[in-house]
Amino acid sequence: MREKVEKVIDSMKGKKPTILSALLAIQEEIGYIPKEAIPEVAGLVGASANEVYGVITFYTHFRLEPPGEHFVEVCWGPSCHVCGGKEVMDAVLEELGLSSDGTTKDKKLTLKRTSCAAACAQGPVISIDHNLRGRMTPEKAREMLARVKSR
Amino acid sequence: MPLSFDELQQKAQKEWEAFQRAAPSTRILVGTATCGRAAGAQNVVEAFRKALAQEGIHALIHEVGCLGPCYAEPIVDIIKAGHPRITYGNITPEIVPQLVRDYLINDNPRADMALGIHGDGKIDGIPNLFEIPFFKLQMRIALRNSGIIDPINIYHYIANGGYSGLKKALEMTSEQVVAEVQKSGLRGRGGAAFPTGQKWQFLLGAPGPTKYILCNCEEGDPGAFNDKAILESDPHTLLEGMVIAGYATKATNGYVFIRYEHREVIRRTQMAINQMREFGLLGSNILGTSFGFDISIALTGESYVSGEETALMEAIEGKRAMPRPRPPFPAQVGLWRKPSNINNVKTLSYVPEILRRGGEWYAGIGTERSKGTAIVCLSGNINRPGLAEVPMGTSLKSAIEEIGGGAPNGKQIKLLQTGGPLGGIISASQIEVPLDFDAMAGKGAILGSGGIIVADERTCVVELLKILCTFIYEESCGKCFPCRIGTAHILDLVKDITEGRGRPGDTERLLAMGETLTSSLCGHGQLTISPIRSAINYFGDEFKAHIEEKRCPAGVCKALGRQG
Repeated sequence: MREKVEKVIDSMKGKKPTILSALLAIQEEIGYIPKEAIPEVAGLVGASANEVYGVITFYTHFRLEPPGEHFVEVCWGPSCHVCGGKEVMDAVLEELGLSSDGTTKDKKLTLKRTSCAAACAQGPVISIDHNLRGRMTPEKAREMLARVKSR
Repeated sequence: MPLSFDELQQKAQKEWEAFQRAAPSTRILVGTATCGRAAGAQNVVEAFRKALAQEGIHALIHEVGCLGPCYAEPIVDIIKAGHPRITYGNITPEIVPQLVRDYLINDNPRADMALGIHGDGKIDGIPNLFEIPFFKLQMRIALRNSGIIDPINIYHYIANGGYSGLKKALEMTSEQVVAEVQKSGLRGRGGAAFPTGQKWQFLLGAPGPTKYILCNCEEGDPGAFNDKAILESDPHTLLEGMVIAGYATKATNGYVFIRYEHREVIRRTQMAINQMREFGLLGSNILGTSFGFDISIALTGESYVSGEETALMEAIEGKRAMPRPRPPFPAQVGLWRKPSNINNVKTLSYVPEILRRGGEWYAGIGTERSKGTAIVCLSGNINRPGLAEVPMGTSLKSAIEEIGGGAPNGKQIKLLQTGGPLGGIISASQIEVPLDFDAMAGKGAILGSGGIIVADERTCVVELLKILCTFIYEESCGKCFPCRIGTAHILDLVKDITEGRGRPGDTERLLAMGETLTSSLCGHGQLTISPIRSAINYFGDEFKAHIEEKRCPAGVCKALGRQG
């Protein structure tokens, strides 16, 4: 893990990195922010570990734990809501055995609820591994999750 | 030695003509902006590749941006030699092989699948695209190229008048460019509707040498997707606008501020920036003049408040995106403590045409105090959701009924949620209001960033307010206490009402708390009262039914009966 972090940190050198840009690069590459990365980022930009931790906990997508194999996002924003987004959300929560954001017991899927996926005209929207799908129904969502689970 | 602008234009013209004539071969354009992708456009691209290979047809596939009629996604245009360009709607991967055989091999243009044709040509049974109800009322300035040109082909942009505005600006003084934008009456499209020329004047007057132009594409408002759509569909219109802003204010650098997760938006914007560098439109000595300006993309994480102008600067500096107190204003102390100007994507995207066609031309469009066009995102319970650009002053009713086709399944429209979660919730009875900053604000509706969510009779207004208040609470940055604490109390109270624990006086309590939050540091807390006040104003009876009669008239709130 230390090597992976160092590789990302090295690639940032000379590019005027900030705490945020370094963290974004690490999560993009590794999928989460491993503990080892905090002092590395602090060293890279000349900040304290405390400041780095402060940035991690501010932006809601940063994770300190590795996510599941697949990443599911479901939109609960007002556009999707009025088109039946709540039914889709309920179906996904039930299908994954979760009550909110989190990772399934088998570490297969991580769910993150989102307030806007930027495809409001196609609501309700879900995304699996960053592939958006619109005009979702509870049935279609269950089918898609079943397919992902069996992969 | 880069080409001169004249040479560039000639080359661009040739390339654009070849594209329109389908030379050297047929052109297939698939809309793969975010909305198209959500409808499966990537699979359509694959299906075309496969079908073309199978039939042994040579054609060029272009991935284009968003034409606007999201209801008909996936959208595909075909330009076949000797025929007008045809736009097709609802093209699924399953239909593709048939369409390829019918049109490309057997010359049957499949009028049944077509939305419309472009230009003067005629094909039996296919209307002119811009005469169909979705487009008829539209006037496309910032969206003029969206879905029409290949967004990552700079020649397409130049052939359609691109960078002529910049060329013209560079022949004027900075002061003259600012005056031209002032003459246009352009007001900011990010929500606050501040006069753009005046904002530029502040930065022009600030001391250099280093000054920044920041373009805000954070666009976290649920229901608004127009900024990202512009960058996916025609990134050069924004980037040209930024360079002109840079020249007008004597700024040195620009940043386009985008959330990390919008990968396609980032990819297309970065490609456009690279092309500008290659063509001498960015960097030092732009178009052979002594003016230099550079643009980079600054990524942000997930935080709604990072779209607030001072929080945005904190985020670019890599910190927690928390707003700064003002004064000092960004034009004095901005990014990295240097003078800075922040504009929204749409605002800057109008600038190239304002320069090319003149401020007076732009000022001739729209209403007395709201000039130009409104770019609206129609979503929710509406037959034709999508992205549309209409002259300011067009009624909300025309946008929703004529462009959007009204509510589906014969349902009645109940309410409109406009201008993002910090905008308003207004009754359908107010639908005659013109799209105009001041007229909308007068109704408590707020045009804001252009999101219009239509909800029919199945929506419970209190539950919708709960959704908005959940958003406002979860996204409060926590820096100042009225917002941090107040949004939590407001959400608790709205939840109580939806769950049968409402008490008489709750609506007054909500309004009082909303009023207290106006003392917050930034718009997030200050505007929290807007959705609350407008919802209670237009739907007081529905709140009363929940609170006093323990009844949800829409039958949505599970803890309450419909009849009480």
